[in-house]
Amino acid sequence: MRPLIPVSRLSARWYDNGSKNCAWRECRVNFFIKMPIINVQNLSKQFKTLKAVDGISFTVSEGEVFGFLGPNGAGKTTTINILCTLLSPTGGSAQIAGYDCIKNPDEVRAAIGLIFQDTTLDTGLTAYENLKFHAYLYNLDRKLTEKRIDEMLGVVELQGRKRDLIKTFSGGMKRRLEIARGLLHYPRVLFLDEPTLGLDPQTRNTIWDFINALRKKEKITVFMTTHYMEEAENCDRIAIMDHGRIIALDTPARLKGTVHGDVIHLVTSDNQLALQEIERTFHITAREENGGLSLDTEKGDEFIPRLLHSLPVPVLSVSLKKPTLNDVFLRLTGRTIRDEGLQNGKEITREFVRSHRRAQR
Amino acid sequence: MIQVRPIYVICVREFIKFFREKSRLLGTLARPVLWLFVVGNGMNSLIKPHVGFSYLQFIFPGMIGMTILFSSIFSSISIVWDREFGFMKEMLVAPISRMSIVVGKAISGTFISVAQAVIILILTPFLGIHLTVTQFVEVVAVAVLVSFCITSLGILIAARLTSFDGFNIIMNFLVMPMLFLSGAMYPVTSMPPALRHLTQINPLTYGVDAFKHVLLLDATPPLGPEFSLSLDLFIVTAISIIMLTLAALSFRKKE
Repeated sequence: MRPLIPVSRLSARWYDNGSKNCAWRECRVNFFIKMPIINVQNLSKQFKTLKAVDGISFTVSEGEVFGFLGPNGAGKTTTINILCTLLSPTGGSAQIAGYDCIKNPDEVRAAIGLIFQDTTLDTGLTAYENLKFHAYLYNLDRKLTEKRIDEMLGVVELQGRKRDLIKTFSGGMKRRLEIARGLLHYPRVLFLDEPTLGLDPQTRNTIWDFINALRKKEKITVFMTTHYMEEAENCDRIAIMDHGRIIALDTPARLKGTVHGDVIHLVTSDNQLALQEIERTFHITAREENGGLSLDTEKGDEFIPRLLHSLPVPVLSVSLKKPTLNDVFLRLTGRTIRDEGLQNGKEITREFVRSHRRAQR
Repeated sequence: MIQVRPIYVICVREFIKFFREKSRLLGTLARPVLWLFVVGNGMNSLIKPHVGFSYLQFIFPGMIGMTILFSSIFSSISIVWDREFGFMKEMLVAPISRMSIVVGKAISGTFISVAQAVIILILTPFLGIHLTVTQFVEVVAVAVLVSFCITSLGILIAARLTSFDGFNIIMNFLVMPMLFLSGAMYPVTSMPPALRHLTQINPLTYGVDAFKHVLLLDATPPLGPEFSLSLDLFIVTAISIIMLTLAALSFRKKE
């Protein structure tokens, strides 16, 4: 194995520590994690007048759940379309599983599974037929096809609807079937473009349970876009996108760490006394708000026990507000993603009107 | 370049949908019957026999051509539908060549058109036209080539259009002129020179001409075929290949 060469050279120093095995293993793990399955360098895409993607670079390691977070029009879908070979970039390069998205589109296509924003199922076919169609396109072995179809329908809990037309499916069921289809050929990277757009919160949770369970079972890399904050929290790392650029890229916890710390709000029987006491003990100036005290702190969950212990007055209630990714986005851009969420509501309406008109034709 | 399994499954999907939609199936069966009995018989009583042929006999090859024209063009609409409903993406991100997608669509359209042509052939005894077995086989063989050609043309147009409205408009502006300038309804030689040039660039002209070769055995121009059969078949085949290649290329184009 090629990776061994640099590993043994690197770990020579650690052999003396007496913990050879440990150091060797750690080094090997690091090496594999560092081999990116998605490698994007300086990628850009210019539509006639609009620069949809503006020189972005990032890598995703195998097994990672990587998220693109940003408002509509930030360039998330355009990036996905380039990665899945539907669009060619105007500049830069993109590789998936070692294959170039422009030069070897077929190898890239075979390595990826996709779940698009809008459904791409054939509503005139049954669940089984849709999956079988997919299996033929990806040239799965005939015997394997039947086995996989049953397996995947099991994963998304749709075995009972195998022979039903997609027309009769609810939005959540369609999404689940699309996930089953996207996984049918065991892709190495699964792309999810706004996987839970337009679904109710309950279905959204179910779908995330599927994705998380799947992640544990298979060694699959998930690349997703979203503009839901809660959803982005599920990712190992998040790239925050705005106007075609990546403005921040880190783990959700570290991104949230960049905005000022936690806020503790407490109500005591004597707020004035508590305020003085906090000032004296912790050198923090609390603010009087809503009949209680608010104080900014780092690591609020660890601070609360110490705070309660030191206060001489009875505490009636305590609450802790942690920073959210929305606060991160707000700090980086001066806007909230939720403002754009409203626009998205309009988008859904427009889509609805369009499909309605289609149905009338 | 061309993969058998994807082509097979694209065809199977079209057939499943075709037979599942009862109205489409009924329309397919009814259209040729309507043309033959209503239009054909109506015209026949109006126009006197000419050099030994009744009008119905003359129009018969053209009617097969017309049935194929309508059926082929309309089956290529499925590409526009697939795009509207997103299913096209499923095919475009699959590791298959764009040519396979296009050929799969063309073959499925061809099957449906040929099926309609066969329905007409089966009904011909009721019109007093009697075909030999050889003629029957020859007509079916030519129908396969012509259907493939016209379907390819439809696919090329569908591949380049993004909206359903545009497709309707283009088709109406294309299908009718193609029909009237093909020699299906009246001899090409009786047209003014300007229109005659148009008939020469119309693929359907060569298709109808080939049908005349097979069906109007002893006829000579103006009623009979104008070009040689081999030229007809060569042009029809060549056009199919060109159209399909262009269609595959326009799917490969990624803005």
